[in-house]
Amino acid sequence: MTGADVPLWVACLVVALALGGAGFSLVGAIGLIRLRTFYERVHAPTLGATLGMALIVAASVVYFSAAEGRPVLRDLLIGLFLTVTTPVTLILLGRAATYRDRTEGNADAPPDP
Amino acid sequence: MSATLILAYGLGLAQGLLVLAMALAAWRALRGPRAQDRVLGLDTVYLNGMLTIMVHGLRTGDGLSFEAAFVIALLGFAATLALAKFLMHGEVIQ
Repeated sequence: MTGADVPLWVACLVVALALGGAGFSLVGAIGLIRLRTFYERVHAPTLGATLGMALIVAASVVYFSAAEGRPVLRDLLIGLFLTVTTPVTLILLGRAATYRDRTEGNADAPPDP
Repeated sequence: MSATLILAYGLGLAQGLLVLAMALAAWRALRGPRAQDRVLGLDTVYLNGMLTIMVHGLRTGDGLSFEAAFVIALLGFAATLALAKFLMHGEVIQ
């Protein structure tokens, strides 16, 4: 535990940001459990991949900037990487699911354009 | 000292929420009726594990967790991409 060298308001801000991000990720995971079809479920975890990730990255940037006394922006790399890769993986996964559903003739597949 | 206490309890609670999210995603990956549900659950497990490691780095105050989180994000992207391509074509590289 080396978190003693940050002021109180920084600690409160970091905890609020981290709790918000973790809460959004949990809501996304609950949606992954509760929604019915795959095409509804594929949207739920993106709540954690965008907003939850952004809040936790912001908490990390604020904490390390305050603890080291200089701007520490390396955690923004993770945010940039996830922002670029999440749509790619989800589009590919959605296309794979659509292809599988159409070749098997399932009723819940999206209609062929 | 109060800032230390707030950081310890608040970030511990955030880690608990993230681990709960990981458990729910793992349940979807184990149970999920079709293969694409399992891949989606595995992707969510990767994501929430990466966020848990970032919050762990905040709790301990060391900067080394950044590298671990970045490697996990990279591996999660590659794994999900390979599994999605496998579901589509039956092979990863054609």
